[in-house]
Amino acid sequence: MSPQVRSWGSQILAIVRLEMKKNFSFRRALPLYLLAALPLAIFVGHAIGYARGWTNCHGTEDLTVFAGVFQLFVLRLVVFFGCVVIFLNSFRGEVVQKSLHYYFLAPVRREVLVVGKYLSGLLTACCIFGASVAISYAVLCRHLAATPSAALAGPAMQQLGTYTGITLLACAGYGAVFLLLGMLYRNPIVPAIVVLVWESLIVFFPPLLKKISIIFYLESLCPVRVPFEGPGRLFAITANPTPVYLAVPGLVLLALAIVALAAVRIRRIEISYGSE
Amino acid sequence: MNGADSIVFEGVSKFYGNVLGVNRVQLSIPPGITTLVGPNGSGKTTLMNLMTGLVQPSRGSIRVLGIPPSDPERLFAVAGYCTQFDAFPRGLTGYEFIYLYLRLHAMGHARAAELTARALDRVTMTAAAGARIASYSKGMRQRIKLAQAIAHQPSVLVLDEPLNGLDPMARAEAIALFRELAGEGMHVIISSHILHEVDQISDQVVMLSNGYVVAEGQIQAVRGEMHQDHPLQILVRCSQPGLLAANLFAEDHVAEVRMHHDRGGLLVGTRDPERFYEQLGKMVLEGAIHLESVAPADDDVHSVYEYLIGGGDGGAA
Repeated sequence: MSPQVRSWGSQILAIVRLEMKKNFSFRRALPLYLLAALPLAIFVGHAIGYARGWTNCHGTEDLTVFAGVFQLFVLRLVVFFGCVVIFLNSFRGEVVQKSLHYYFLAPVRREVLVVGKYLSGLLTACCIFGASVAISYAVLCRHLAATPSAALAGPAMQQLGTYTGITLLACAGYGAVFLLLGMLYRNPIVPAIVVLVWESLIVFFPPLLKKISIIFYLESLCPVRVPFEGPGRLFAITANPTPVYLAVPGLVLLALAIVALAAVRIRRIEISYGSE
Repeated sequence: MNGADSIVFEGVSKFYGNVLGVNRVQLSIPPGITTLVGPNGSGKTTLMNLMTGLVQPSRGSIRVLGIPPSDPERLFAVAGYCTQFDAFPRGLTGYEFIYLYLRLHAMGHARAAELTARALDRVTMTAAAGARIASYSKGMRQRIKLAQAIAHQPSVLVLDEPLNGLDPMARAEAIALFRELAGEGMHVIISSHILHEVDQISDQVVMLSNGYVVAEGQIQAVRGEMHQDHPLQILVRCSQPGLLAANLFAEDHVAEVRMHHDRGGLLVGTRDPERFYEQLGKMVLEGAIHLESVAPADDDVHSVYEYLIGGGDGGAA
């Protein structure tokens, strides 16, 4: 490894270290913890309800319910808004706090700064939301073991890894999008809402347009197809799912391409807090 | 001196939309202490932000010891900037603020820790280094920013109003530190409103007004170029002020002669100080007058500032 690459590696580690310290500070991380606690609360609540005899449990159905909650709630709201909080703050938050110059006054290539910030945001999102999904699923499985169903005899445990992996991919995809939006717009909330609306409305779009979204690929990877009924059908993506061998590298490449755009964009950023 | 030894601005302009930051700046700043002087909005901070790459020029080019500011990797290996921005990354202690900055230089733990301790010691902040910056006073924040700027031992130090918020003792210490750093061959570029402090510390000044450089160089040299429009005022205390005045009135280089308000000396305005000193010396040698003291009364930064820029800036002192 050349000294230059080693130096960039050290700088990225230094950025990640500093950013993680900020990301996990109580004030900044509180909304993330609250978001991550929501799916957990659903499944812990269900397990407690069953144990106390307040609710029935049909075993296998719970796995489908989890798939529905994961697709409609965790991916579209929890991870989405979690990434909004983490990645929009990566650069825009620093401009608002007037502290971005701290990095700009260090001998760090701006591209390296983008990579460092993206990785630290990704690590934060993966830790918090990956853990939330994994713990939620583990709670579900533990609860199912106490039911008279044979749900766990199937591939339930393998699905734990799949759901966690999809969550990480969601963080990578949405994270890259919001990192870039935070650089492009003075008020990135509006474009973030546009992304939310787009991701929500793709169910009404023709199959080709459906593929211009992150949620389409994420749901293609989900191990359980949810038979949406009633109003839930509004959120059912009916286009043919993309095969795993295309969806995973596709999402990774998309995230990398967006981060590369952000790396180009950052070279034009100036420190002029007064005009913000 | 070539461009690799100095900070060079070549035809640099910066516009913020329709607002002028600086215009057609042509400068070469040698080692030593250079002070940027001018009223609020004259372009001092813009000039500093340009040389450190925080903003990019609309026109022209800049080289800092031969390095373009668009290359932060090389630039900040040799330059440090203590900005006017009074904001810090959240939750950091003074120690972490400097230590983590040095880790961004790709330094290992031991080296970063050593340089952090040295920088904190230089600004006498060692005792408070463990406390969060959020709890610091204005003066302490100013000193910790200064420590950050010098921590990696740069060759170019850019300081935007570095004495703001410092008490008199800390100001004296900071000025002594700037002198020490300049003595080590460093470029120290300071912006300041406090003109008597500028006088104390500057090797050269750059005067700015409305985005234009109106004067640059050693203050006496700048003053020398102004003698035609603003004759140099020299205060002469001697035994026969009336006789001296009578002799001087006949000289064409003497623009005015006034009795000093304490009536113990004369204020002479001359467009040619050399001829004046020559003539004065002759009178002394002839025994016509007994000289007590001779001193220029308006060759300081304050006077030059008043003549060139005027007293429009309430902040200038």
